[in-house]
Amino acid sequence: MTKMDITEYFQLVFTDYTLRTITLGTAILGAVTGMLGSFAVLRKQSLLGDAISHAALPGIAIAFLITGAKDTNTLLLGALVSGLIGTFWIRGIVKKTHLKSDTALGLILSLFFGFGMLLLTFIQKQPNANQAGLDKYLFGQAATLVESDVWLMAIVTGLCLLVLLLFWKEFKLLLFDADYTKTLGFNTKFIDILITSFIVLAIVLGLQTVGVVLMSAMLLAPAAAARQWTNSLATMVFLAAIFGAFSGVFGTAISASQTNLSTGPVIVLVASVFVFFSFVFSPSRGLLFKQIRLIRNRRDLELHKTLAFMHNIAETHDDISHPHAIKLLNNFQGYTRKTLQKLVEKDYVELQANMWSLTKTGFETAANLYTKQTTEDE
Amino acid sequence: MNSAQIEIQLIASLVAIACAIPGTFLVLRKMAMISDAISHSILPGIVIGFFITQDLNSPLLILFAAFTGIITVVLVEYIQKTGLVKEDTAIGLVFPALFSIGVILIAKNANDVHLDVDAVLLGELAFAPFDRLLILGTDVGPKALWIIGVILLITITLLIAFFKELKVSTFDAGLAASLGFSPAIIHYGLMSVASVTTVGAFDAVGAILVVALMIAPAATAYLLTTDLKKMLSLAISFGVLSAISGYWFAHWLDASIAGSITTMLGLLFLLVYLFAPSKGVIAVMYREKQKRTEVSLLTFLLHLKNHNELEERHVNHLREHINWQKVRAKTVLELALKNNMIVVNESIVSLTQKGNTFTSKAIDYIITNEDAQIEDMKDDFFLFRG
Repeated sequence: MTKMDITEYFQLVFTDYTLRTITLGTAILGAVTGMLGSFAVLRKQSLLGDAISHAALPGIAIAFLITGAKDTNTLLLGALVSGLIGTFWIRGIVKKTHLKSDTALGLILSLFFGFGMLLLTFIQKQPNANQAGLDKYLFGQAATLVESDVWLMAIVTGLCLLVLLLFWKEFKLLLFDADYTKTLGFNTKFIDILITSFIVLAIVLGLQTVGVVLMSAMLLAPAAAARQWTNSLATMVFLAAIFGAFSGVFGTAISASQTNLSTGPVIVLVASVFVFFSFVFSPSRGLLFKQIRLIRNRRDLELHKTLAFMHNIAETHDDISHPHAIKLLNNFQGYTRKTLQKLVEKDYVELQANMWSLTKTGFETAANLYTKQTTEDE
Repeated sequence: MNSAQIEIQLIASLVAIACAIPGTFLVLRKMAMISDAISHSILPGIVIGFFITQDLNSPLLILFAAFTGIITVVLVEYIQKTGLVKEDTAIGLVFPALFSIGVILIAKNANDVHLDVDAVLLGELAFAPFDRLLILGTDVGPKALWIIGVILLITITLLIAFFKELKVSTFDAGLAASLGFSPAIIHYGLMSVASVTTVGAFDAVGAILVVALMIAPAATAYLLTTDLKKMLSLAISFGVLSAISGYWFAHWLDASIAGSITTMLGLLFLLVYLFAPSKGVIAVMYREKQKRTEVSLLTFLLHLKNHNELEERHVNHLREHINWQKVRAKTVLELALKNNMIVVNESIVSLTQKGNTFTSKAIDYIITNEDAQIEDMKDDFFLFRG
């Protein structure tokens, strides 16, 4: 591919056939994986995606060995079958043996992938000129997307949306209270298999663009980023779809504007930037605002401590507004010039030269502060 | 066999042993996926280390890359601690990002780095014997052999020195902490060993297949024993067995050695998964079926004890009233007869003396909720199991 600028890329997106196809493809892919990824993340199946995408590799190789052709749909069908086998084997291991889910995931992931690599290297040694390019499934090459691939993605996305809307209530229930769902008489096994199968399907769709190795991040990152901005499932699914689509488009744009760069890693890095940004800057959960809130709370607490200390002194006098020396506060830990100034601003304290006195409102607030604390202690 | 072949098998076996030891503890501590994360995220460490040292086999590079592995663990734990996402999501976010950085670094500097992505995933075991280690001009063997040998030696020394600590902290973290072993030191020690081993094995078997060598032998061994020492030695033998048989399989197929070793590990796991004597799927399913029949038998005996009416005790009643299928009713009836629990007179079933005692005792245990006792009782009363 020729080298080009990112701005040039965006100018070309609307006119150039190949670029439009690729961009549309990665956008749709990002949206559908983001949507389904939300469920994977909330169901604590984050690493299942990793295992499934690796488990799809032998399917691609076997499909090629059987048909001898490089038709994308056939290869993806093979990937789907082997991904599903992997998924159900993981369930089998967890259910039937005492091996834990992390072991089962790691086992299936590495064993299937190793077997797939064995087949791939075996195919590469075959005197069949057709085999070149199978390794694009390792890291993905969006440039190889053609219109029919995009149609396939669009159809699957449509199907997925339809199923999501039809079974929205069931999915939501299963997500948050599986036992309750069962007691209500829903067939939880069916719903579970349905959502897992769609997750497998979404992963398989992305293999051509993002590749086996990094596909799981496509599933997780948009959903993990979306989770930080909302507590509502519908909003989260919607946001994840948008984040996913943008990661796809930006990733493709950057990878297309450079030579010798697979799409997968770039898309994953863009999605990771989304995650990082969300982790830090989300208003309600983000680390930045959490830190700010922590500092503010600490300051409030110090203010209260100073006020309570003043209250203790004022109580011993008949006149609550009797002035005291500021020096008295000096060896008290909550006290600083700033907190004193704040108390004055709030009209709790009056300052005269280097003496302070509690106002009436200040005294009452301090008294209430104390009773409130004691009732909370009880 | 020529000397290159022997050397390859030797390297593969040493890698298998070096992976199986930390792998066993990772599996037992439910941290198997961490090895997956480490094996991916050391890639940028290796690439950057290569820029600095210009030598893929330099010990400095191994330390540098292993340090990246530790950073991964710390990063995962940090993200997990913020509570923003669950632990598994934290793992799934960290390693693809780091791995992507590594792949992009390789792609951007393809002319300077003698690393290609295939080598990253698969390693180049077949070429390992050609890279010799020269000390004062004399050839002392392949470099890879020395690297993995040293790592293995360190691992074994640490294993022997801290076996007790590792054992206690793996099975009872609380007890270990109260005995004064710092859980953090053991945790990060294990992570460091896993990282160093991963980097050392990386050259030979590639990033993802290290995971197979860590997890698969340990998981297979775990299905066969619950004794830590036996599990360790079984895991090591499975690893070595797969390494050697995998080499010959690859030789015959003319395909990737690492892929072939993994396939052997997979076959071995599949065999044990299906046929392990007490924890294999077939054994588990057989036991489940046996238990189902025995519960049915108990229900049947209780029914007999509760009813004196002839019609309730007629053989056909089993099918009509209790709603069992013909086959199941027959199995249960035969089992009861074989165990001398019942007698059948003109199609009327009655409890024997033994059946009566058994049922009374069983009721006692059911009422007092002592399910475990019923299992013991079955051993006392049953001549044949379901």
